[in-house]
Amino acid sequence: MPDRERVGLVVNGEPRLVEVEPRTLLVHALRDGLGLTGTHVGCDTSQCGACTVLVDGKAVKSCTLLALQAEGSEVTTIEGIADEAGLHPVQQAFVEHHGLQCGFCTPGMILTALDLLSRDPDPDERTIRHALRGNLCRCTGYQPIVESVRAAAEALR
Amino acid sequence: MTVVGTPIKRREDEALLRGRGSFVDNLTLPGTAYMAVVRSPYPAARIVSVNLDAARAAEGVIAAFSGADLADEWAGPLPCAWLVTEDTKNPPHYPVAIDVARYQGDPVAVVVAESRALAKDAAELVEVEYEPLPAVADVEQALSDGAPLVHEELGTNECYVWKLETDGIQAAIDAADVVVTRRYRQPRLIPNAIEPRGVLAQVGPTGDVTLWSATQTPHIQRFVLQLVLGIPEAKIRVIAPDVGGGFGSKIQVYGEGPLAIVLARRLGRPVKWTEERSENYLGTIHGRDVVHEVTFAATKEGKITAVRSEAWCAMGAYLELVTPGIPLLGAWLYSGPYEIPNYSVTFTGVFTNTTPTDAYRGAGRPEATYVLERTMDALARELGMDPVELRRKNLIREFPHTMASGLTIDSGDYHASLDRLLEVLDLDAVRAEQAARRERGDVKQLGVGFSTYNEMCGLAPSRILGAIRYAVGGWDSATVRFQPLGSVQVVVGTSPHGQGHETTFAQIVADRLGVGVDEVEVLHGDTAISQLGMDTYGSRSLAVGGIALWQATEKVIAKARAIVAHQLEVSEDDLEFADGTFRVKGSPDRSMDIKAAAFAAHAAHNLPDGMEPGLEETATYDPANFSWPGGAHAAVVEVDTETGDTRLVRYVAVDDVGRAINPMIVDGQVHGGLAQGIAAALYEEGVYDAEGNLLTTTMATYLVPSAAELPSFETDRTETAADNPLGVKGVGETGTIASAPAVVNAVVDALSHLGVTDVPLPATPERVWNAIQEVRS
Ligand code: FES
Ligand code: FES
Repeated sequence: MPDRERVGLVVNGEPRLVEVEPRTLLVHALRDGLGLTGTHVGCDTSQCGACTVLVDGKAVKSCTLLALQAEGSEVTTIEGIADEAGLHPVQQAFVEHHGLQCGFCTPGMILTALDLLSRDPDPDERTIRHALRGNLCRCTGYQPIVESVRAAAEALR
Repeated sequence: MTVVGTPIKRREDEALLRGRGSFVDNLTLPGTAYMAVVRSPYPAARIVSVNLDAARAAEGVIAAFSGADLADEWAGPLPCAWLVTEDTKNPPHYPVAIDVARYQGDPVAVVVAESRALAKDAAELVEVEYEPLPAVADVEQALSDGAPLVHEELGTNECYVWKLETDGIQAAIDAADVVVTRRYRQPRLIPNAIEPRGVLAQVGPTGDVTLWSATQTPHIQRFVLQLVLGIPEAKIRVIAPDVGGGFGSKIQVYGEGPLAIVLARRLGRPVKWTEERSENYLGTIHGRDVVHEVTFAATKEGKITAVRSEAWCAMGAYLELVTPGIPLLGAWLYSGPYEIPNYSVTFTGVFTNTTPTDAYRGAGRPEATYVLERTMDALARELGMDPVELRRKNLIREFPHTMASGLTIDSGDYHASLDRLLEVLDLDAVRAEQAARRERGDVKQLGVGFSTYNEMCGLAPSRILGAIRYAVGGWDSATVRFQPLGSVQVVVGTSPHGQGHETTFAQIVADRLGVGVDEVEVLHGDTAISQLGMDTYGSRSLAVGGIALWQATEKVIAKARAIVAHQLEVSEDDLEFADGTFRVKGSPDRSMDIKAAAFAAHAAHNLPDGMEPGLEETATYDPANFSWPGGAHAAVVEVDTETGDTRLVRYVAVDDVGRAINPMIVDGQVHGGLAQGIAAALYEEGVYDAEGNLLTTTMATYLVPSAAELPSFETDRTETAADNPLGVKGVGETGTIASAPAVVNAVVDALSHLGVTDVPLPATPERVWNAIQEVRS
């Protein structure tokens, strides 16, 4: 087996240690190392956004950085934004506005939306469409996603 | 309470929103080994030798094989289920090429290792000696004299010629006042489901096989796996877990599935393969790639008298599951929603050294509709007529309507859709704004384009499929099962990948049985649970599977009725059933609800003589006709005449998809379809160079639009009931079929005052700019 190193991360609020090869991308450390398979892989050129997570509160495509580079960071994945009792308002808005079909792009969309809403609590349609540029969806045509984000913004205010 | 017709929220959503989807790549079994495929970098090459030594010696590698090593594993080649003529050429196609690679991406070797990364590393170490061969990527070049042959032994690149023609077509064209002939090239489209393909194969101790697959077609997979592997279907279980979109590209039975099974069997370990996006561009089917030449004939008053279309359709290097049949799905749509008495359609299938083509959203119908609707505008210009007026004049008025091409459209009201469209669009206002900009000579000009369309989906009547040489039937099946305590299990033969079947189907059953929608559980996508099914493609799930479900529900009610009649000692005819309760006519206090009947059916203490216990019924429905949605769409674009930059400003879609079971889901289908058609009009094009190298191999070069490129859509519906018990029509593809020509018609309209009459697909800024320069020079 290739050399492995330990990375310490705070994932969804819990300190975690994961053993990775130095070349392992954060997305694979999350999926294969920690079993957090809600973070999806849709491309190998950092374009689709399906792998988006929050690193120290900012949306990051987790296929664009090595797990080692995230050492010590706080990482939030789709599994970490709601508790068993109920969905997060952004997730709930996606239910209400049919913001997902197959659901493959959805975790990345939600985390990108969270990042946007943390910076701008009242984004207009243009702003939302612009903010979601790095997240591709092939099912919805985006409009219901945009509506979901707007509704979520309102719910969160 | 009625739930049919209401936008209830989807039961599918919560797990997906929590990141708990069961996508294949999320599944791993103990001992899983990982497969990587080595693919030909050449569009055509003889495989001189494959040296696996370095790969086999690499760290973590379990095994590595060439195509020749695996040749004895195949009971047969990957089959094509739709050889459209008696003499359609179907060269053998194996999961791993043995002596010749025929397209860039053709698998030539395979490696299995302890991890995904190690398998990839080892794949790089496989040394293949190639002798490059001349290749051809363009359909027209492939048919020219002396063109390189994709399959030497065939002696030609022509796969088939298929024709449908009414008598007297030439005479009708000769007699016409006006004849318009146009050529169109519709480029390759790459489906790009955001979840790439993937499989996980497990072979049990008795040789039983389980394959988890990111597929639209678990039942078809199982059937084909027997043909390729010689393993009886009865020992094969295919599971389609959550599937991240398909759009036709996950119908096919690709080589990686059988390959993973063979390797799992040889190695005694589960084998998993997950496609990378760059592999997806090469290794997953493409759509379109068709050149058309079309002639319309009309009277000077604008009555269309004949349509003749000839098309040259790329097959790619091999025939995938239904490759040759894709054009035929559009063969009856070259007259679309119009009454046109003379009709001729010819398709020539052409092999090229490219990724195989097959079904991509709309499959054959967008191609036909594009040609038709673009030529409607060309004809309108020729006649000096308003394009809306020309459409009105020719739209079919009465239903059912039998077309010159032979099929019958059961229902529709195309005029109503068009009327509604004009209302929502406010055409006069749009035209006024356009005129003002022209008057002022604005840099940014406005254009409006129309597409009145219909389509045939809901595949399909088995007899018709048989008549056009499709290998299997087009029925579907459903089971409705009351559990003893009154909850209901529904098993369907369709296999969703984002369409929300669980929700829609539960609505149908809950309403009819009079139980709560949450008491109905819908199971699908696993051949061990659902034995009978023909899967999900061609907008068939509701129009075919939904009717099977309706019929199974009716059978359950009939059996429950017999039980209740027996227990209440009345005749069945004396019972009426509503809201979940059977009541004796005239004495409504004598009643029994269907859940009580379900319990009685399971207790079996007091059933009619000879009746079997249990309350479960299966129905299989073979439709009598295709499903015929239709409607009217309009696009408004703004074109920068200095840069060619085109912005879609508005898109209005008025569709008749019959009765909407869940309007929210229906709108979602329309939206997604529109996005793909609009993308085809403005952005997407799979490009090969002349030697057959694919140039668009990432999402950076193949432009899948993001939220920033698309506007909000204005959707509305008119409704005519389809000729089936639910009144429903297919909706999955309408948006894609109708939208591309509306958008390009709008681009041309924006520039028509300059003399532009055509802009090739996709209408990128460069192409639009070129079109402007051409007329200016
Ligand atoms: S997987 Fe990270 S952007 Fe596509
Ligand atoms: S919901 Fe399927 S890709 Fe977005």
